[in-house]
Amino acid sequence: MSDDQTIAVDVRNAVKRYGDFTALKEISLAIRDNEFFTLLGPSGCGKTTLLRMIAGFEDVTEGGIFLFGDEIESLPPNKRPVNTVFQNYALFPLMTVLENVSFGLEMLGTAKTEARKRAGEMLELVQLTQFANRKPSQLSGGQQQRVALARALAPNPKVLLLDEPLSALDLKLRQTMRFELKEIQRETGITFIFVTHDQEEALTMSDRVAVMSAGALQQLGDARDIYERPHNMFVADFIGETNLLEVTVDKVEGARALCHLGGGHALGCEATEGVGAGAHVHLSVRPERLYLSDAPVADESLKGTVRHNIFVGTDIQSIVDLEDGPRMTVRTSNSDRGNKRIFEPGTTAFINMERGAARLLVD
Amino acid sequence: MAGGAASGGSARSDTYKEARYWLLAPSWVVLIFVVLIPVLMMLIYSFLTKEFRGGVIWEFSLDAYDQFFCSRGLFGDEPCSIEWTYINIFWRSIWQAGAATLLSLVIGFPTAYFIATRPERVRPVWVFLITIPYWVNLLIRTVSMKFMLRDNGPLNDMLLATGIIDDPLRIVNTNFAVQLGLFYSYLPFMVLPIYASVERYNFTLSEAAADLYASKWVTLRRILIPAVKPGVIAGCILVFVPSLGSFLAPDLLGGAKNFMIGSLIEEQFKGNAGNWPFGAAASMILLTAVLIILVIFARQQARAQKAVN
Repeated sequence: MSDDQTIAVDVRNAVKRYGDFTALKEISLAIRDNEFFTLLGPSGCGKTTLLRMIAGFEDVTEGGIFLFGDEIESLPPNKRPVNTVFQNYALFPLMTVLENVSFGLEMLGTAKTEARKRAGEMLELVQLTQFANRKPSQLSGGQQQRVALARALAPNPKVLLLDEPLSALDLKLRQTMRFELKEIQRETGITFIFVTHDQEEALTMSDRVAVMSAGALQQLGDARDIYERPHNMFVADFIGETNLLEVTVDKVEGARALCHLGGGHALGCEATEGVGAGAHVHLSVRPERLYLSDAPVADESLKGTVRHNIFVGTDIQSIVDLEDGPRMTVRTSNSDRGNKRIFEPGTTAFINMERGAARLLVD
Repeated sequence: MAGGAASGGSARSDTYKEARYWLLAPSWVVLIFVVLIPVLMMLIYSFLTKEFRGGVIWEFSLDAYDQFFCSRGLFGDEPCSIEWTYINIFWRSIWQAGAATLLSLVIGFPTAYFIATRPERVRPVWVFLITIPYWVNLLIRTVSMKFMLRDNGPLNDMLLATGIIDDPLRIVNTNFAVQLGLFYSYLPFMVLPIYASVERYNFTLSEAAADLYASKWVTLRRILIPAVKPGVIAGCILVFVPSLGSFLAPDLLGGAKNFMIGSLIEEQFKGNAGNWPFGAAASMILLTAVLIILVIFARQQARAQKAVN
């Protein structure tokens, strides 16, 4: 797996300013070869700007972008060996599907017959062979999406950039395409840089995820890292659902920390680098890592009153008001396994945390 | 009450039908009185006999068409050989109008592209600026154009002063002056339709082409121009057709040598020297030529449109 360490795209201290507005604040990222890498963040966080800088549609105000070690800032988009799948596909309306897919190869100087042959293979890969002679407007959204993918893959780019390619599709199709994209990435071995605001997309497909907000990188890691060990408030809140409790840290011992809630109730949790004793920070704990009981299981158990139970299909979500704290959400898996029981609204219950579930956040 | 409801429904659809005829009435009035009747009058006049001090005698005659196409010698008693005078004028008109259209396209396309790529707020301002000169009467604009271009006019003065030329350029009374005049007369008709189609153009397509290794030139030629072609064709028609029949620019800027068909027709109806049937016949020939050209363009446009959808 030494190949893993080859860096495909190296973004070094890249800054993007539009006049007085800073869209990207000194971002550094090393994207590995053969990796499915996702830039995740809410709209306006700078993720698309960064992608467009890699593609060459936006220039870099400061810093540099390197492709397999080569500085590419001076190259115009048509000289960069990267291809893009655009958000609204941007298929050429006057060309057939086959002409669309072979366009890139023809521009690279491949003989027309050879380019068409390769384009045909690409259409096979995305299962659109029978639509080769149609115009894009005669295809459904999902089919157009596949044509856009085939067109971008045909020149066999070193890096494929995908700008929210699934956002225009309906939910079912989006889920199928997630799986297909991942498959195609694995088959072709091309580095994918995928931009999305959909955390589920990011978590299910990516090898690594970079969470961005307000033009800055918030956290970089694999899906589990990002979800289970969020670094700060933004990441904990943006990815999935979480309970945030205001705590004061009493002491830190290695990977564990002791802290207490406003009312004085003591809690043990995972320490986070940069948060020391005396800090007044937030603690994050995912609802599915909490469970309810009649009686306290440990000193740490939090006493509260169940307010509502909400059925959400796979889980039942219980809203609990703590005796000396805020409202918390507890998720109980909707299965018969274990001795999980549902507490009726109005009953008193104790919230217990799995060990390692609670984690301090840098604010 | 089911029956009542049903009859109410049919009554309403009758009302719609009636209303549709009435609402279309203004367009029928326009078509009949502004297009159909004048054209029919011209058609009929072209087959009548001329009255010497203008006007017509109501007597069927092919003389007007004969005069346009046939040369019958000094005394008009020889067999028909082709009369080139008017065909040449006609040909020159097509050529001049074509050159003016090309000039408008070469200048109008970049102008339209420029306006369409400005920020959305300022685009109407640019369009407005383009149309400002056209608030002035065409005759006055053409005369001022002549003033600008004449031997001791501002253009030549400037060129002489900067030392680019030693003798004034003789522009007035040339074909080129007529082309410039026509170009200036009808430029907005080229700019506006092209602007409208460039504005609708999805510029992400140009990015996609660049992303797929196409140079700027190839992107322009293979992606942008095909996409805005309907606007280009519309602009060309809108400049070519009025240029072909124009008489102001050729009269004022071209002089006697650069006579165009519009001037020929104008003369037939002016004062007492005219020949109404001949003017009407020349008009019908011009109309037929324009129609043929329009049909060819319209077919191409329909094909381009079909390809987009």
